[in-house]
Amino acid sequence: MLRCALHDVLGRSIPFPMSPTTPTAGEKRQINVPVMADLAARNESPEILFWVGCAGAFDDRYKRVTRAFVRILDHVGVKYAVLGLEESCTGDPAKRAGNEFLFQMQAMQNITTMNGYGIKKIVTACPHCFNTIKNEYPALGGEYEVIHHSTYLQQLINEGKVGVSGGESFKGRRITFHDSCYLGRANNIYEAPREVLAALDADLVEMKRSRANGLCCGAGGAQMWKEPEPGKKDINIERTEEALATLSGKADALANLGGVETETGAPAAHDLQGSIIAVGCPFCMTMMSDGLKNKEQESKVQVFDLAELVASAEGINA
Amino acid sequence: MPTILQPQSFPPYLYRMLQSILFLLLLVAAFGLFAWQVRKIRANILVGRDRDMSGHIAERFRKTLLVAFGQQKMFKRMTPALLHLVVYVGFLVINIEVIEIIIDGLFGNIFGFHRALKFLGPVYDVLMATNEILAALVIVAVAAFWWRRNRSQPVRRFTGVELRAWPKLDANVILYIEVALMVALFFMNTADLKLHQLRGEELPGTFPISNLLVGLLPSSEGTLHVLERLGWWIHITGIFLFLNYLPSSKHFHIILAFPNVWYSRLVPQGQFSNVESITNEVKAMMDPSFVVPPAPTAPDGSALAPTPFGAKDVEDLPWTNLLNAYSCTECGRCTSVCPANLTGKLLSPRKIIMDTRDRMEEKYESPLIFRPNVYGPEAKHEPVTDLMEATLLRGKVTPEELWACTTCNACVESCPVNINPLESIIEMRRFLVLEESAAPNSLNVMFSNIENNGAPWAFSPSDRFNWADDLFAAEKPAKTAVA
Repeated sequence: MLRCALHDVLGRSIPFPMSPTTPTAGEKRQINVPVMADLAARNESPEILFWVGCAGAFDDRYKRVTRAFVRILDHVGVKYAVLGLEESCTGDPAKRAGNEFLFQMQAMQNITTMNGYGIKKIVTACPHCFNTIKNEYPALGGEYEVIHHSTYLQQLINEGKVGVSGGESFKGRRITFHDSCYLGRANNIYEAPREVLAALDADLVEMKRSRANGLCCGAGGAQMWKEPEPGKKDINIERTEEALATLSGKADALANLGGVETETGAPAAHDLQGSIIAVGCPFCMTMMSDGLKNKEQESKVQVFDLAELVASAEGINA
Repeated sequence: MPTILQPQSFPPYLYRMLQSILFLLLLVAAFGLFAWQVRKIRANILVGRDRDMSGHIAERFRKTLLVAFGQQKMFKRMTPALLHLVVYVGFLVINIEVIEIIIDGLFGNIFGFHRALKFLGPVYDVLMATNEILAALVIVAVAAFWWRRNRSQPVRRFTGVELRAWPKLDANVILYIEVALMVALFFMNTADLKLHQLRGEELPGTFPISNLLVGLLPSSEGTLHVLERLGWWIHITGIFLFLNYLPSSKHFHIILAFPNVWYSRLVPQGQFSNVESITNEVKAMMDPSFVVPPAPTAPDGSALAPTPFGAKDVEDLPWTNLLNAYSCTECGRCTSVCPANLTGKLLSPRKIIMDTRDRMEEKYESPLIFRPNVYGPEAKHEPVTDLMEATLLRGKVTPEELWACTTCNACVESCPVNINPLESIIEMRRFLVLEESAAPNSLNVMFSNIENNGAPWAFSPSDRFNWADDLFAAEKPAKTAVA
């Protein structure tokens, strides 16, 4: 029965029984996600607005992250709301691609919506939305307190609102965190995601290029929507190879991780089975998952977002 | 032997006078020529767009202290950081000796003194000893630098299409001049030391390295005097020549690194600049009652030529990006961490910075030497016949380079003097998209998706909230929450 359930969720078989989407046996209840317009109609205001983002709303894989994060919000009992159908692209991909006009149109539209509701505090699971709303909306009249979900999850854990217990155990699982450029270098958030992962009591290993030296997944700057320019290799392959080398313990034996030659016959010190690449960004999620498929490691290694890992450890998936 | 160097055949006062006058002329010529070149570079930088960088004095001061003086960002890579530190500290300390040389050269000959700073006593001993040790270390460091660049498999960041011909020669010339200056310094000190020893006098100062070299010099007082003078003149002339070589060289960074760091962007690296003129247009579109502020006019009240969106040429970039170009020492840390470059794409952030400098000098003022980069077919440049048509965008930087950027900020993060190649890339992308509608097709599809669906993908906006359907959570005993 479990297998059936997993088939259902993932659309493919899972070679190992434990996965951050494993539903917990027992009672389950439906979550009706509160929409801002309804709250406003009742003259209520939320403590936080959860900005879902386009990937979180449309991308099949990242929708699971959105749902996991909502389970957490619901679980801790914070008063939250989403914009629902009133949300629109922040304009980030347009701005990075040089289409400042389209960006500002999008930004002003969203600012009008949010200012209309008197939004003060925003949490989002997308570093691109986070960066854009936090840093680029103020010049256009949108001033909010903006928090990335990694920081928010860390706060919940620190405050004891999330115990990271009662669900799946990650003890001993090898996890490496891939820094998102728009969280890390763009906004200097390096520790929050790591502290969230540390709370899982997993075996956290760092890639050689991490934190401020982290290597991009290849999707930023609107690359997500176009083919890469001609070159020797795709960036996500380079990064996936580094992640795999790190997870398998080969990285120490690799001579030149700074270059393109990441593949050598170095011996693996660890079995990749059950290892996890943790991400905090929908584009990184796509790029790293594609990288794993390219390297034919998707049956052994999985890519999970921080929210999925926390929800799973907390045992609130259903 | 040239008479001028021989005190015996000449009345001593005339000989000393002549040296002073010669030195004064040299000094005035050197600083005059340098000032003339600096004015040109200043003019070049000021063709850039206005950007208010005033204020935040405390933060800028702290940044300059840490990043420029303290070389904070160099220490991400230990080996080059230590080698560079030797040359940097050597440069700072040896400059104290240059002050002494200038005082000696101007007044020492006339008033009959030598080594003006000797009144410092024990401090002078320490100063001279430090100087000599650093000078020796500089030679070692420079040798290591040369090896890193010129061996058959150079450090990767010292390769690339932009680092051939003149930039490659320039890098080596700097190293050769540095060694020559140090050798001249040792010549001067050793000869001076031996001269004093022969006369049974004591030379003020301590010279640990020259002490080892005394044996190598002849014992004739006349020859020694000539050697000492030769060393002195070569050292100071070399420094003046080097000073005037700087404006044509990547080595100009020893000066501009400081203002460049001072004028760093202080906002988060992920924050891209806002285009105010577009803000006004969008506001007017969304709110009919919005009054668009009048366009800026020239000082005489006449209308200014409309400025394009984004950057096609150097004058469309903010002046800070042009200052960036003159502060770049072409070390290539940016390119070595660029994900696009690492995976074999055409983009090299360093090339864009170097192209910007080349273009400024091609179109506007140039210092003494101007050798713009010429690229081979691998840079995929479209042939441009008219130099004035060879704008920064397309003339030097190809759209293929610009579109390969992931805006990951690795280049910005890596630059030891806070140069921002990403900003130039975005400015040129803006020109491509807003002025030429020349975005790659797939990006145009993304744009129209955002316009029509409010999302970069072709999904129906009415499906935006479908993720919340049938969302269940496992009921958890309340005890874990808010324990």
